[in-house]
Amino acid sequence: MTDVCIIGIGIHKFGRTDSMSGRQQGAFAVREALKDCGLEWPDIQFAFGGSAAGGNADSLVNELGLTGIQFVNVSNGCATGGSALLSAYSAIKAGQYDVGVAVGFDKHPRGAFNADPKSSGLETWYGETGLMLTTQFFGMKIQKYLHDHDLSPEVLGLVAQKAFRNGKLNPNAWRREEVALDTIMNSEMLSDPLTKYMFCSPAEGGVALILASEKAARRYTNRPVFLRAVSMRTRHYGSFEVFSPYLALQRAPAPTVFASKAAYEMAGVGPEDMDVIQIQDTESGAEIMHMAENGFCKDGEQEKLLREGATEITGRMPMNTDGGCIANGEPIGASGLRQVYEVVLQLRGEAGARQVQNNPKTGYTHVYGAPGLSACTVLQN
Amino acid sequence: MAKQQVPVQEGLFTWPSDNPQLIARREKKTGRVYFPAIHNYVADEDSEEVLLSTRGKLYTWTIQGFLPKNPPYKGPETVETFKPYGVGYIELPGEVIVETRLTTADPKELKIGMEMEMTIIPFREDEKGNEVVTFAFKPVKG
Repeated sequence: MTDVCIIGIGIHKFGRTDSMSGRQQGAFAVREALKDCGLEWPDIQFAFGGSAAGGNADSLVNELGLTGIQFVNVSNGCATGGSALLSAYSAIKAGQYDVGVAVGFDKHPRGAFNADPKSSGLETWYGETGLMLTTQFFGMKIQKYLHDHDLSPEVLGLVAQKAFRNGKLNPNAWRREEVALDTIMNSEMLSDPLTKYMFCSPAEGGVALILASEKAARRYTNRPVFLRAVSMRTRHYGSFEVFSPYLALQRAPAPTVFASKAAYEMAGVGPEDMDVIQIQDTESGAEIMHMAENGFCKDGEQEKLLREGATEITGRMPMNTDGGCIANGEPIGASGLRQVYEVVLQLRGEAGARQVQNNPKTGYTHVYGAPGLSACTVLQN
Repeated sequence: MAKQQVPVQEGLFTWPSDNPQLIARREKKTGRVYFPAIHNYVADEDSEEVLLSTRGKLYTWTIQGFLPKNPPYKGPETVETFKPYGVGYIELPGEVIVETRLTTADPKELKIGMEMEMTIIPFREDEKGNEVVTFAFKPVKG
């Protein structure tokens, strides 16, 4: 079977762009990705795309050209981008196509998401009485984690501080100013122990990646990045996930644990081999827990790692080098692909002020979404 | 005349009752307990209705610090009148862990592992002037 490469990457700046719809930001990202590898839209044989609130991805053909290609819409909550990438990977791996696009974009209204109980198979009372908020779940899950592993709440502030510090170096990020640890810790408490600055905000943006079989990739570029693994897993009975009126008495490992193991096995590498890492940081607590779930440390080791700077751009496991969701905001359809965009940029050595030094060779991404699913990738140049 | 009290959802807890209990379903084959007792988790013929304990331990908690969006939230508060409320999971020994509102929103009163007890609290007034009630858990004193 052929290897699968990423040959072109494109992004529309995250944050707020009042003058453009979500779809327009998606189309912008596709054009940027085409330019990046010197292709034109008619060269593209297929596409997978997704958006939670920005419209139908397949309608991007109106902007990009009516060339008759297969264009499948993907919808997997926050893991939408990861799922689009997985689908595109499989199509090339299977030998069905040589060149295609994975695209994700979104445009959300301001403020926390308001979920509909019925669309998650829940009764209305759950939303009506104020239990159906993603923010609450994040607060409760990290509250338990800090308690069980004896971590101080300040560790949450350190994650956010790093995100803003990295965001400052990223021209496509939304939040581009450093925020002092004191300010983070003392900002409005949204969901104890998480304060305002520890959360990402729903936002806008678009990312597109052009994938190709190795043979096709060699035709178009001399710097392909190999997609060594893509995996996606949903939750098992007993994991602690968002929008759960009940939990089983015994905890099962999170879906991320299974998705990351699968990705490492596919790629034949381990967490210790990663030179650059992007993991889902919907809020600070998520980054803490995902560090362990993805195998980068043991439960409870996070505070020490953060305090010694291991996850800084200059550290031994550079993490969320583009500022992550906290500095970029969360356009649901685009976030998972933003992570891959960042790793490709880093592996090419084109990340500018936030470039990880010593020529990173191997990178990792991880995205997590409701109602308990996770998608991971391993990339190499 | 006292306002009539109606549950936020029929079948969520026993009501009216002097000792209200949450209603769940137990899967016969596995013994797993699901709450609420709705159809999606397990088929009726493979399970039986069970009433849950009213005492348990605080598994984790948070304080909801801002007014949730409506929909889906239907609380009576406005941005001006909103007061943070506690939310937690209660571990009911040998049964299941349930998500619930808490009667306190003071972090100092909450500690993982503490004893908690179920209660019924007024939530809002409905269109017919009834008092809509829901379940919550409160710290066991003393």
